[in-house]
Formats: sequence, structure tokens, C-alpha cells
Amino acid sequence: MRGLSFDIAHMLAGSLVLVSFMQLYQDRLYALLNIYALHALILAMSVAWQAFVQDAPHLYLTAVIALVFKAIVIPTALHKIIVKLGIHREIETVVGVGPAMLLGMGLVALSMVVMLRVTAKADPLAREDLAFALSVVLLGLLMMVTRRNAVSQVIGFMSLENGLVLAATGAKGMPLVVEISVAFSVLIAFIVIGIFLFRIRERFDTVDVQALDRFRGERR
Amino acid sequence: MAVIREFVFQGAEMLLVLLLSPLLTGFVRRMKARLLQRQGPPLLQPYRDLIRLMRKDVVLADGASWLFRINPYIIFAGTWVAASLVPTFRSGLLFSWSADLIAIIALLGSARFFLALAGLDVGTSFGGIGSSREVMIASLAEPAMLMIVFTLALIAGSTQLSTMAAFMLSSEVGLRVSLGLALLALIMVAIAENARIPIDNPATHLELTMVHEAMVLEYSGRHLALIDLTSELKLLLYVSVIGCVFTPWGIAGPDSGPLALAVGVVSYVGKLAVGGVLLALFETAIAKMRVFRVPAFLGAALMLGLLATLLLFVSRSL
Amino acid sequence: MMVVYALYGVAALLALAPIAIALGRSPRGSGVIYGASLIVTLTLGMIALLNLFEYSGGVSVVSLPLGLPWLGAHFRIDALAAFFLVVVNLGGAAASLFALGYGQHEDSPQRVLPFYPAYLAAMNLVVMADDAFSFLVSWEFMSLTSWALVIAHHQLRENLRAGYVYLLMASFGTLALLLAFGLLAGSDGNYAFDAIRATHASGGLAALVLILVLVGAGSKAGVVPLHAWLPLAHPAAPSHVSALMSGVMTKVAVYGFVRIVFDLLGPPDWWWSMVVLGVGGITAVMGVLYALMQHDLKRLLAYHTVENIGIIYIGLGLALAFKAHDMPLAAALALTAGLLHVFNHSIFKSLLFFGAGAVLNATGERDMEHLGGLIHRMPQTAFVFLVGCVAISALPPLNGFVSEWLTFQAILLSPQLPSWGLKFLVPAVGALLALSAALAAACFVKAFGVTFLGRARTPAAAGARETDTNSLAAMFFLAALCLVAGILPGFFIDALAPVTKSLVGISMPHQAGVEWLSIVPIAESRSSYNGLLVFIFIVFSGTFAAFAIHRLASDKLRRGPAWDCGYPDPNPATQYTASSFAQPIRRVYGTSVFLAREIGEMPAPGSTLPARLTVELRDLIWDAAYAPVAAGVGYATEKLNSLQFLTIRQYLSLVFAALVLLLLVLAIWP
Repeated sequence: MRGLSFDIAHMLAGSLVLVSFMQLYQDRLYALLNIYALHALILAMSVAWQAFVQDAPHLYLTAVIALVFKAIVIPTALHKIIVKLGIHREIETVVGVGPAMLLGMGLVALSMVVMLRVTAKADPLAREDLAFALSVVLLGLLMMVTRRNAVSQVIGFMSLENGLVLAATGAKGMPLVVEISVAFSVLIAFIVIGIFLFRIRERFDTVDVQALDRFRGERR
Repeated sequence: MAVIREFVFQGAEMLLVLLLSPLLTGFVRRMKARLLQRQGPPLLQPYRDLIRLMRKDVVLADGASWLFRINPYIIFAGTWVAASLVPTFRSGLLFSWSADLIAIIALLGSARFFLALAGLDVGTSFGGIGSSREVMIASLAEPAMLMIVFTLALIAGSTQLSTMAAFMLSSEVGLRVSLGLALLALIMVAIAENARIPIDNPATHLELTMVHEAMVLEYSGRHLALIDLTSELKLLLYVSVIGCVFTPWGIAGPDSGPLALAVGVVSYVGKLAVGGVLLALFETAIAKMRVFRVPAFLGAALMLGLLATLLLFVSRSL
Repeated sequence: MMVVYALYGVAALLALAPIAIALGRSPRGSGVIYGASLIVTLTLGMIALLNLFEYSGGVSVVSLPLGLPWLGAHFRIDALAAFFLVVVNLGGAAASLFALGYGQHEDSPQRVLPFYPAYLAAMNLVVMADDAFSFLVSWEFMSLTSWALVIAHHQLRENLRAGYVYLLMASFGTLALLLAFGLLAGSDGNYAFDAIRATHASGGLAALVLILVLVGAGSKAGVVPLHAWLPLAHPAAPSHVSALMSGVMTKVAVYGFVRIVFDLLGPPDWWWSMVVLGVGGITAVMGVLYALMQHDLKRLLAYHTVENIGIIYIGLGLALAFKAHDMPLAAALALTAGLLHVFNHSIFKSLLFFGAGAVLNATGERDMEHLGGLIHRMPQTAFVFLVGCVAISALPPLNGFVSEWLTFQAILLSPQLPSWGLKFLVPAVGALLALSAALAAACFVKAFGVTFLGRARTPAAAGARETDTNSLAAMFFLAALCLVAGILPGFFIDALAPVTKSLVGISMPHQAGVEWLSIVPIAESRSSYNGLLVFIFIVFSGTFAAFAIHRLASDKLRRGPAWDCGYPDPNPATQYTASSFAQPIRRVYGTSVFLAREIGEMPAPGSTLPARLTVELRDLIWDAAYAPVAAGVGYATEKLNSLQFLTIRQYLSLVFAALVLLLLVLAIWP
């Protein structure tokens, strides 16, 4: 039982990293949204599995929050925003797909080393989960850095947050309050960014954040 | 006596892959047609095509050299040998130790080397375009495949397919992230290597994005039949490798009785059918990509393979 | 005694040089010199083989009263030296045989003949040298004789430039080696290798020596970023000498590296392997990428040597890593892989350079864009060149595959290495190795396809004639060796056993006794490969298919114009060229590695001017490493130039200042 539960948790966390890579690879907006929904779905499954393994019912709630908000509500809403704004559906990247993925590999390796070294004495399940979670966070950051489009930056931010949740659930229970507040902060961030998107769009006719740089006179 | 028995099994394996491969292609074609609400060609159509082609005269282009004429045989032989070294219905084949998975990949590489040369032989622009793109695709697909082999070999502690299959059947293996990554990468590589959608379109001529068909454009008659049979064998080989490593259930052991062998054959055919259905589903659901998006696709496969290997290297120290 | 016989051979080679001068422009000169070189190198090769097999690497030593009076000149043949002597003299014999035919076409034989035997002698001496002094003298002798051969065709400006760059880099490399030996010998000046072997250099000192050796031997071997001279100098020499430089001299450089790092320097630190592995991986991929961008056949081959040196260094680096972590069996495997690749590469690279020489002879062209269709005019050369291409692309069942396969097996053993750095580096190096193998195949599809296949692009190519018998004999001999080493690798691995035993203390399991002649590095359940069976299988199924189809179906054949989707163009210029063939790969890798840019110039509508597509490639390594040095030297000379226009008083004051400065140094020196 111990072996199987570890394997499944490991597998789910690993798939989360994999889906993060898929996000890095994908350069079409709608597909990116779908992948993000998948990301959240896997997170929900992972959290639910942790709830089952650790016998912690409050984690089920976290899983449901992840499922409802992150996998369904936010992608749908973003989808609507994209349609409404008529955003160009191809994402311009700062770095090419190949180099971005190479960078991502480096980040995963880095987080493995850091986590496996720091947590040398901890329970192996938590160790690997933590390493994967850190990878997901770093990959989310990387995505925010390498994309020019504001929508994909939003997605990067939210997958980063998924990584945080993964880390928290892996580490033997996170108080529900923290989880709810994180969820709400993300929602608020989402709303702010949504409004922000509309504002950029109204003013500049594009959501390419380069337009903002140009406006500030910081053209690359 | 035992050696003779083994020889018989090896021969049976060689015959089996040769006979089944056109069927697999026909099956995939038919499935694709059905998914598009068409009647589709009969399952046996590839056999008829092969026989018809073999009976026709070869029309050799004026500038073709001796290499162009022996190439189909070299390519076919290399691929056939590679395919018959993969355990399909029975592991522990007589000659399976003569080439491990790395050597099988390299044998396919040899076949591709000669195929690309064939594309350049007559000196036409279509042949050149096909060859140059083929080697570009191979330059990414082959390292990706080797990374996958590394992953599997590190997990199973062996590069022999038989040992790998046996290891995957044992209880030690469990679910591993690296295995998942490797499977995904392997599927991507298999799609690219077999010139399927979205990398290449096996069903078209006269399209500027084609790769495989452009290379073999000058072939006709029995030569073309061999080339077609080779690509069918290659498809079968990749499905068999995936089946052998990731779903090794049902493969008969080295000294099992007739019942186990029957189970082995049936399960093998079943695996092929499932693989064919999945391939057809995938191909109908997706659009072909531009040639210069292919490197990103294969680069992703390479990265996945490398990531899987890296994870294994690191997790060894746990 | 062996070493004495070998030295007689070397003396005979050296004696050939003045004979060559005496023969001058005599028409029989080249026959005499190359024939004699062939006999002597064959004898030397036999001696080395005997030493390797019969005495299983026994050591024989001699010291001559030459050189430094208190040191003398020491020479020694042990297993490692014997192996490299085999490589040197096999390459030398093949080159001499080839040159028996090829040398007839030489315009100015008096510029080649005297240096050729001396060059062979120098390479032999480097391998046999047993003290730092004779090693360095032989090394420099080797550099100078090869330099003289590089500028043999001095009429071409580019050859002179190649010679200049080569001389600079060779001096630089020798300087690094000189310093390395200085550090190794310590303050007592123990220049004999025995004395060096007895004392182990400590941490920091050993590290410095390692870097200096990597630079010194690496610059001769062509390790990136010290490879810049190699693709200039190797193609400039006459083709048989190119083969020697690429196939053999780079191996002598590898010998220098192995001798110092594995033998003289003492037990390795684990991080040494990091350096060697990193250098090897980058060298392998960069070398093949450079090669892919070339359209000069000999330059492509020269760049490809860089790639193979990278593969050899990967094997050596793995061996160092395993040795440092006390895993002798794995170290033996990795070292065998590296050394086997040394042997294999010397064979197929010589073969390919011979082929390029034959093409050059027949057409006067090295540029692939001006060749094509040679398979019709030179079928035998085409066949052996094809064998070389398959072998170098690491494709079974030929020999290149065996050594790469062994390297992969060594990589698969490396997760057990405990160091973190290696855990990340080794998979990355494995990926680089796989990438370079795949790119090598692409490179040689291009080399063979554009040169030999298709239609002739120029009248010179259309009028080519098959090359002479001696050249063909040399090429067929090497091609046969490629096949034999590919299908019976067990014997070659066993031959290396004494070498690995002397360097890492253990050798790979005995291979010749394994059933069916397969090779089994560790255990049969782990991995095995049988080139013979694969070869038989392929031949059997190919002939079976041909026979069955011809018998049962159809064997009729008609000739017709090419189909080409209905749009064949009779102009051979419409074929794919070397540059267009490389275009997809250039797009994938070149944009980041070479900052490749395609500039299309379209004339305005209605204009009759042609449209132009130019491709710009930048050699970033040259820009980053060499251009600043060259600029710095230029700047310095400009500044120092003013020293030539001083008054006598100023000159005197300069001398005076120097004197005072030296006295000061003496005063302050502890």
C-alpha cells in the first residue's frame, strides 16, 4: 500500500511538471487555456489523493476548490475575455520554444538538487513532491518571463500558484484557512488582472505587454 | 534439438512481422476512413498493392546509379532485421541478444541513411528536399530515441528488450514519472519516425511539405513495393516496441508451452489493433504542422527524454 | 629489445629524408620514397603488434646518449605506446600505399617527399619517447614537418594562411606542454617519465597540469575552442598527408593526453572528468555542426575530425570519472570505448581523406558544389567512400558503431557515480553524444550524396576517371578493416586489454571466447551486441528478398527520364547542393550556434536582375577567442613599433633601465 500510494502521488506530481512543460511548449492561446485546465485538474487529483492518503478531509475541500475555480471557472472566464477582446491567438515569445524548454530543464534539475539536498532526512514522499512543486513554481515563473502576452502571463502566474498548493499539501496538511485565503488572493489577483487586461486593451488596442514598455519609453 | 526449436521461433517471428505489417497499415487506413465516415479500402488492400507493384516493371530514371538499385534491398533488410529482433509474442528469441535496443535504433538509422542517399541519387529537386528534411528530422528524433532508451535501460538495468519486458512485468517497477515521460517522448518520436501526421502525411504526393514520399518519388515497381513494405514494417516495429516495453502482458516466456504461445500471439495482435486505433484517432484529430515547427515538436520529445534520464540519474542517490 | 628494433625503423625513415632530397625531381623519386616508407611502417606496425599481443604489453626500454647530457634520451614501448604505434604505422602504411599512386600526380614532389618520412618518424618518436625532453623535441619535430607539408602547395594564398595559423597554434600548444612538464618535473628537474611517475603531483599543481595538458595536447587534437587551425591546415596538405594529419596526428595528441593524465599525473580527482567530459561533449556537437555547414569536401572531413576527437574525449572523461571513484571495471569499459574509437577513427578518416584525394585528383575540385554524379565515373572509389561514410556515421554493422555503442554502455553505468556534478553532466553529455551521432549521419549523407550522387554539376566532374590501382588498394584495405573491426569487435577489444590493464588496473572481460563472437561488456542480460550476426542477417535477408522478388515477381527493368512529379529540369544546377541540403539543419541549429541569417534580395517587379539569397554565418568561437587576441597583438605591435624609431640615447636608457630592473629583482628575490 505504501509503495502504491507513493507511486501515484509521485506520478501525479510528475505529471504536473510535465503539464508545466506543455504550457511552455504551447504557443496558441486556446490550447494554452486547455492545458492550464488540465494542470488544475491534475492538481485537484493530486490533492485529493493526498487527502485520501493522509486521511485529511479538509484537503478534499482544497481539491474541490482547485477543481471548480481553477479547472473550470477561470479558464472559461479567460476564454470569454479572449473572445471579447479579440486577442490575436498566437503568443509571441521572447525566447524560442527550444531554449525555453532547455532553461526549464535546468530549473527542474536545480530544484531537484536543492530540495533533495535540503530535505535529506525527510520522508521520501514529501521530498520528491517538494522538488516537483518547486519545479512547477519555477516553470510558472519562467513562463511569465518568456511570454509577451498578458494572458499567458496570467496563466503562468496561476500555474505557479498551483505549484505552491502542491507543495503545501505534500507537506502533511496545510490549514484550511491558509488554503482558502490563497484561493481568494488568486481570485482577487485574477479579477485585478482581468480589469487590467481590459484597461490595456482599451488604451493600446493590444495586450502585448511590450506596448506598455513602449508607452513608458523603455522600448527594447 | 533445442537450437532447432529456437531457429524455428526466430523464423516464425521474422515471418510474422513481415506478414502482419501490411495488415496493420491497412487497418489504420481503414480506421481513419471510418472515423471520417467513409467506407475506406478493404483491410487487405496493402497486400494487393504490394503484389501489384512487385509484378510491374521497374522504370529506372536515366541518372540512377547502382546504389539506387540495391538501396531498396539494403533498407528493407536493415528494417526487417531490426523488426525481427523485437520480442513480439515470445521473449528470449534466439538472436535477440545479437542487438540490443541501441543497436536496433542504429539499424533503423542505417536504413534511413541509405534511404536519404536514394533521394539524392537521381539528382532531382524533390528527392533533395525529401532527403534534407528527413535528415533534419532524424537529427532530432534519433537523440530523443536514445534518451528514451537511456531511461528504460536505467530503470530496467539493461538495454536488452527481453530483459526490459521481463523487468516491466515484475513487481519492482511501479509507476514512475520517468516512465511516463519516456512513453510520451516515445510516442512523439514514433509519430515522427513513421512520417505520420502531424509531421508528414503518408497519404499524399505533390505537396511541398512532404518528406518521406518526396524521397522515394523516383522509385517504381518492385523497388517501390519494398520501400512501402519497409515503412509498414517500421510502423509495426514501433508499435511492437511500445507494446513490448510498456504493455508487456501476455508475452510468452522462453520455455512456455503452446497455450502460452497462443496467448502471446493473440495479445500481440490485440496490442497492434489498439495501437492502430489510437494512431488513427490521433491522426484524424490533429492537423499537419509546418515543416519548421517539427523541430520544436521533436525538440520537446528530446527534452522529455533528457528530463526522464536526468530524473533517474538524480533519484538514484535517494 | 623491441624498442631498439623500432628505433632502427625510425632511423630508416629519417634516412629516407636526405635520400628524397638527393632524388630531387627525379620521376622515380616518389615511388622509391613511398615504397620504402610503406615497408618501414609495415615493419614498425608488426613490431608494435607483436609487442601488444605476444608479450601482452611487456615493457622494453632503451636510453641513448643524445639530447641533454645529464638526461640522455629515453625510449620505451609499453602497452599504451604499442597500441598507438599500431595506429600510427597502420595509418602511415596505408597513406604510403595510397601515395604510391597519388604521389605521381604531385606537381612539386621535392616539397613533399623529404618531409613525409621525417613526419612519420616524428610521430613514432613521440609515442616512444620516455622523457620530457625527447617527447617535446619529437612533438615539435612532428609539428614542423607537418607544417612544411601543409605549405607544400604554397602558391595558394589560403594555404599560406593555414600554415601561419597552424604554426602559431602548434607553438602555443608546445608551450603549454612545456610548462606542464616543467610543473610535473618539479624543482629537481626529473624529466624522465619514470621519475615523474614516481612522484604524484598534489591537488592544485595537478589541476594546473591537467589544464595545461588539455590545452597543449588539445590544441593539436583539435578540441573546441582550440580547433581553429585544424580545418585550415588539414585540407591544405596533399591528401595522403591530410589523412595522416587527421587520422593519425590527432591520435598522437590523444596519446599525449592519455600518457600524461592517466599515467604520469597520478590518481585523478573526480572533477577532472567534469572538465574533460564537458570539453568532449561540446567538441563533438560543435565539430559536426561546423562540418555540416561546409561545402569543401576536405574541410568538411577536417571539421568532422573535431567531432570524433570529442567522442574520444567523452570516453576518456568517463574513464577518468570511474577511475576517480574507484570503479575499475567501468573505467576499463569507458577507456576501451575511447581507445577503440581512436583506432576506428584513424581507419575511416584516412579512408575518407583518400577518397577525397582521389576525387581531387580526378576532377581538380574540392568544392562539393562543383561535383556530383561521380558514382558513375568512379564506381570503386564511390563504393569505398560509402563504406567510410557508413562507418564514420556510427551505423551498424561497421566499426564506428561499436565504439559509440561501448561509450553509451559506459554512460549507462554512470548513475552509480556519487558526485552531484557528474550526475547532471553525464546525461547532458550523453544527449550531446547522441545528437552528434545523428548529425554525423546527416553530414555524411550530404558529403556522399552531393559529391557522388546526382548529376555532374561541372564538366570537370562529368569527365572524371577512376583513380589508380595503388590508391584503390589502400582504400579497399581500409574499407575491409572497417568491416572486420565492425563485425568482429571482440578481438579488437581484447587487443586493448593490456592497455587498459596498465592504465586503470583492470581490463574488460575477455571477449573472444564469448559464444557466437558477440561482445558483452558487463553481462549478457545487461547488454550485448553481435556485429557478425547482424551483418549476416542483413546480407541474408537482403539477398533473400532480392532473390524471391526477382524469381517470383518481376525482374524487368526499363530506363526512362526522371519523374520528379512531372517537372524534371535538365539543368544540373537545379539539384540540391551542399548548402541547400544543409538548409533545414542550419535553420534548426544554425540560428543560435552561428547566428545564421538569410538575406533575400528581390529585384523590383519588371527588373531583369536576378534575385539573390545570401546566407551569413558567424564563427562565434573565432570572434570570441581569436579575434580579440589578434586585435590585441595588432594593437601591441602598433604601440611597440615606436621602439624602432628612438634616438641612441633613448635606446641606451632602455638598456640601462632593464639592467637596473634585473638587479632590483635579484636584490628583492628571497
